[in-house]
Amino acid sequence: MPVADTSVDNARFSQMTARKPSKSLWGHAFAQIVKDRMALISLSIVVIYSLIAVASSLGFLAGGWQNEVGASYLPPSAEHIFGTDIFGRSVWDKTIKGTEVAMSVGLVTAVISAIIGVLFGATAGYFGGKIDELIVWFYTTFSSIPYIMLLVAITFILGKGLFAVYLALGLTSWVSLCRLIRGEVMRHKDREYVQAAKAIGGGNFRMLVKHIFPNVLHIVIIHFSLQFQIAIKSEVILSYLGLGVQGRPSWGIMIDDAKLELARGVWWQLGAATLAMFIVVLAFNILGDALRDALDPKLKGK
Amino acid sequence: MSLWSYIFRRLLYVIPVILGVCGIIFLLFNVVAPDPALTMLDKHATEAQIISLRRELGLDRPLLIQYIDIVKSAFTFDFGRSWSTKQEIFTMIKDGAIPSMTLTVPAFVISAIFSVSISLLVAFFRGGVIDKLVVFVCVAFMSISALAYILFGQWFFAYKLGLFEISGYAYGFPDFIPYVILPVIIAVVLSVGPDVRFYRTVILDEIYQDYVRTARAKGLGEKVIMFKHVLKNAMIPILTYIIIQIPFLILGALLLESFFSIPGLGSMTLNAVNSSDFPVIRAMTVLTAMAYIIFTVVTDVLYTLVDPRVRLS
Repeated sequence: MPVADTSVDNARFSQMTARKPSKSLWGHAFAQIVKDRMALISLSIVVIYSLIAVASSLGFLAGGWQNEVGASYLPPSAEHIFGTDIFGRSVWDKTIKGTEVAMSVGLVTAVISAIIGVLFGATAGYFGGKIDELIVWFYTTFSSIPYIMLLVAITFILGKGLFAVYLALGLTSWVSLCRLIRGEVMRHKDREYVQAAKAIGGGNFRMLVKHIFPNVLHIVIIHFSLQFQIAIKSEVILSYLGLGVQGRPSWGIMIDDAKLELARGVWWQLGAATLAMFIVVLAFNILGDALRDALDPKLKGK
Repeated sequence: MSLWSYIFRRLLYVIPVILGVCGIIFLLFNVVAPDPALTMLDKHATEAQIISLRRELGLDRPLLIQYIDIVKSAFTFDFGRSWSTKQEIFTMIKDGAIPSMTLTVPAFVISAIFSVSISLLVAFFRGGVIDKLVVFVCVAFMSISALAYILFGQWFFAYKLGLFEISGYAYGFPDFIPYVILPVIIAVVLSVGPDVRFYRTVILDEIYQDYVRTARAKGLGEKVIMFKHVLKNAMIPILTYIIIQIPFLILGALLLESFFSIPGLGSMTLNAVNSSDFPVIRAMTVLTAMAYIIFTVVTDVLYTLVDPRVRLS
């Protein structure tokens, strides 16, 4: 009897495993995110904002943001959903146009910080020794300087404008990613699969890019989604400091303008920009959390 | 490695970091930044004027001397004079520190107590509706620009409802209180989102550990487990997180101080930024970086005293 039982169990077990083919980390993550309705909605919001940004930069949307559409400071109405600003321009159009700055700042900043973080982190973690000490010293030093002071100093040097905003935010936000990547690469470089690749003659570059990098990619993706929204928020601070973009609408400038408008009861510019920003930043936050839950194996099963 | 040699090595490591920080500041402000003599004078300045101003500002000295000056200032706090107000920077910092601290210290203490209690509560009801709701509210709070909070708070609560002072400051103990209530509330609201999220993760990390299961298995009540076991272990990352914020209290709250006209270090720094007053910006950067370095070392050393595992790795 016990013998028969085991064989039945085995059969059932193989049936179960056959019905459920094991998934890769990415397969699991994808399934989990699709199941999570909040994450799916957030993803769609991000996609919609990106489309708006692209459409407005090509001139399909809000092309006439500079036109005077009514009197100065008209309150929100059916005609002008977010009212007008001091020059009688439509706040709705400015908000749409501002998406362009926000999304591009988020994207470029996140790319710059991801590139620096991965390059430094992987080099330090993989080669170890003196190179590691040097990079660790560099980022310890760098992160000892308050973020806002670095931002200010870098924009002083680069001057004002969109390009300066990209670089200032990108150059100041790579340390946390660098630390994580360094630690992960250190953990991976002595694993059997890397040793095996080394044994058949793989060079350092191949080892890092082809073998180790796919195993730390999830950290980069999580960092990317976090950095995207942090950059959107930081753009507002830079605008307040007078170091932001010039000559085109951005949410930061709109919020900053409100400091003179609120006393006159003009709240719609602040409201529109804050709302537009709130939705996309919230979406990135939720998406980032969902990605972390889905991609970080340590959190699995909690 | 013995405890003392670890601590000694850790203290020694401070030196290259301080030299590095001064190096970055030197590079940014003395080497690559646009010549301040040119920005301070107008376009029609003569060659002689530029040269004499450069001499006055000490920009004609060899770069190495300028670098050594920055390193020295990190220890002597002799930062020279402000370019715009001509005041001794050290005196300016001394005068600004008190108003800044009347704002940042209460905000820091209140938000630490508030956030830790909320996250304990949330961790207690983990997985339930309250937990999910609080986490969502935290994320939503974090998704609004700091500037929007300040603008709205000042306009609505101080200007429209007249509940608080709109701006200004008074020196002396009870007098300053009405001026800092609203800024403190805004500061707490600003920090509660990220703080609760961090503390909750830390506490939940502990709750799923084996020792908690053991404690539960031997019949301990949930309250005892929470306070005696979980909180004790979660306290290390929580305290690190809190201690590491202290250096930034001196930098003051840049935005809050400037909006509420509190004459602290934050306002001073922002004014310096607006008038390209390099010595003041440099001084504040050096000062905050030094405080940060010292506090990281202190936390690291405390770590090794509290948790022997750190020493081994």
